[in-house]
Amino acid sequence: MKLRTMLVVLVAVALAAGPLAGTVLAQGGSAFIPLLVYRTGAYAPSGIPIANGMSDYLTLVNERDGGVNGVKIAWEECETQYDTKQGVECYERLKGKNALLVNPYSTGITYQLIPKAPVDKVVVFSMGYGMAAAADGRWFPWVFGFPTTYWSQASAVVRYIGAQEGGLEKLKGKKIAHIYHNSPYGKEANPTLEVLAKKYGFDLNLLAVDHPGQEQKSTWLQVRRLNPDWIFMSGWGVMNQVAVKEAAAIGFKMDHFIGNWWSANDSDVVPAGDGARGYKGATFHAPGTSFKVHADIVKFVYDKGKGAGKKDAMGEPLYNRGVVNSMFAVEAIRTAMGKFGNKSLSGEEVRWGFENLNLTDQRLEQLGMKGFTHAVKVSCEDHEGNGPVLIQQWDGKKWSIVSDWVQPMREVVRPMIEEAAIAEGKNLKYAMRDCSKEK
Amino acid sequence: MIYREAGQFKTTYASDQAMFPVVQDRWVVLALLAAAFTVPTALASEYWLQAILIPFLIYALAALGLNILTGYAGQISLGTGGFMAVGGYAAFKLTTAFPDVNILVMFLGAGLAAAGVGLVFGIPSLRIKGFYLAVATLAAQFFLVWLFNKVAWFSNYAPSGTITAPPHTTFGVMVTGPQASAQARYVVALGFAVLFALFAKNLVRGRVGRSWMAIRDRDIAAEIIGVRPLRTKLLAFGISSFYCGVAGAEYVFLYLGSAETLAFDINLSFLVLFMVIIGGLGSILGSFLGAAFIVMVPIFLTNVPHAMGLGMPVALQKQVELMVFGGLIVFFLIVEPQGLARLWQITKEKLRLWPFPH
Repeated sequence: MKLRTMLVVLVAVALAAGPLAGTVLAQGGSAFIPLLVYRTGAYAPSGIPIANGMSDYLTLVNERDGGVNGVKIAWEECETQYDTKQGVECYERLKGKNALLVNPYSTGITYQLIPKAPVDKVVVFSMGYGMAAAADGRWFPWVFGFPTTYWSQASAVVRYIGAQEGGLEKLKGKKIAHIYHNSPYGKEANPTLEVLAKKYGFDLNLLAVDHPGQEQKSTWLQVRRLNPDWIFMSGWGVMNQVAVKEAAAIGFKMDHFIGNWWSANDSDVVPAGDGARGYKGATFHAPGTSFKVHADIVKFVYDKGKGAGKKDAMGEPLYNRGVVNSMFAVEAIRTAMGKFGNKSLSGEEVRWGFENLNLTDQRLEQLGMKGFTHAVKVSCEDHEGNGPVLIQQWDGKKWSIVSDWVQPMREVVRPMIEEAAIAEGKNLKYAMRDCSKEK
Repeated sequence: MIYREAGQFKTTYASDQAMFPVVQDRWVVLALLAAAFTVPTALASEYWLQAILIPFLIYALAALGLNILTGYAGQISLGTGGFMAVGGYAAFKLTTAFPDVNILVMFLGAGLAAAGVGLVFGIPSLRIKGFYLAVATLAAQFFLVWLFNKVAWFSNYAPSGTITAPPHTTFGVMVTGPQASAQARYVVALGFAVLFALFAKNLVRGRVGRSWMAIRDRDIAAEIIGVRPLRTKLLAFGISSFYCGVAGAEYVFLYLGSAETLAFDINLSFLVLFMVIIGGLGSILGSFLGAAFIVMVPIFLTNVPHAMGLGMPVALQKQVELMVFGGLIVFFLIVEPQGLARLWQITKEKLRLWPFPH
């Protein structure tokens, strides 16, 4: 009985004291970046390489350059399990440490944070995910999605498919299936695909896969019945490997199966073994470790024993995505320092840095990333940068790039983005900024 | 010594039937209430309010709803997440269709919508019982979530299917939307929780509650003494869903700010069911204790290694959290199968004897 009472009291006291103790403020004189990651749960296969890439590059900047222009970067990981509620808890906990920007790494969490960003003065950097409408910076000054959005990606993939078929006009009458994660993330590409289907006359089939995507038998039964010419997939986590396995099992032509940039990682294709050979994926940066930045990461991070993951897991597409993500964030902070001085910045100053980021090929070369990703120029109107897309293919052992940079169809996507931005902005009772008044 | 009702004579029926017949209880509850309204609004940080206290109050309201159905009326339900989704989506549709109506009224409207849906899904309870009913309500859970995901009308044709709480004021104070302060949200959540707890407490003490408990304990006997099963069970479903619906509306409008159907998945139903079981079936206080346990323990477990300066990798920390949390649930169920509320009751009995236990 005594033990029980003691335990109850203990738990009660601990409950009261715990969260208080957890909110210790970070040290001043540094730039703090919260990293929302998911290293556990159904989405861990996708989450782990990203998290490793993000923190390895930040370690590299601190170890090699002594921080950004002398200001050290501080960061803290918080496990969200790709769950919105846990993501909100993480954000609320970490924003108090003077967070400059947040990388939500979940479209669901991004949607949560978008309304909070202007209030908390924290930049939401959703690189290649999140709300496509937020690419209109006049309505969403605090949200950045560059180098490109789901909508641009979908249009670039359609352009690529058209090129493979021998011209966009040949798409008429072709059957394209979109297999998507039944969540805000997966649905993002649908409106663009619908518009393009009408424009080019292809037959679009939308097939939803429910969270978490371990069970897809019925979807692939439908695929068999439809017998589409091409499949485009917006999958995530465990859903990807199941889909690739199922496609291999029904003998679908793998080189006609294109994943979006969240559906084309090593962990997605390795479980399917040889069957995955030929599977394609969109991306906006190269896979592999043949770049100077990787040599630097080995030299300054892994050789010093400070790496976040395993050295031979470097170069996976999602690892490289984490590297690109951190690089963009660091360069945006650097841009802001060019205006406001080399000191601890505020969220507003970093926002300015993001909006005026101009990452040239020359700068990429200095960073050891020549040919690794495309140059990006962000502006007040355009938070997307309208970046082009690459197609990579799995040859059974590694990914290699099989296309040139494919341009998205800006003439189709941009009006849609502007229209959607007005609708979403009105929901939040935002007003449109006048970009000519921004300095 | 302190907690003893010696000398407190009840001279009227009213005082004998009071909600808290013991004077000390009354004072403690009043003091707690006053503290709940004043202390966190003045002292708590935004993190405490937004990440801990507001979800706690909302889950407590949902747990209250489920406790009415499962704890008092004995109808096992796994449809809580679905009914909360009805509340959330109804509130969204209502506020976007009638932007000028007070948001608090809209919350009640969302509750009514959920009550209507709950009544429909309560009809099978007349024929099926126990685990089989749980399966039938599971169908409600899956069907409702599927419906909101499938039919774009519910999210006003947003391409992503996400609903976002529009900004709203009540009595001149912003309570929803990103501009609303955490304090204002907290006070609204607390106000609803207190009012509905009070209502539930009185409901279960009265004729309705007694008929629920009669049905729960032996439905045939209850029928023989004149309790009508149809009306009683459906009433329990309706009121329970009303509570869940209001909780669902708050969940979207006060806590998450924007939501997708995934936020209302089966895990939410289980979570609320665990709150009721751990807190104590058939207890108003238990709903609050269970919600506190389920909301706060994981957050506490995540923060402890950090606060102690252990540089634990987040993945390991999460695994440890899941294991310890699971262990704690099993521990409490073994030590006190009747829930945390029963522990509190035992403590009270001991307090009455203290310091001279015999």
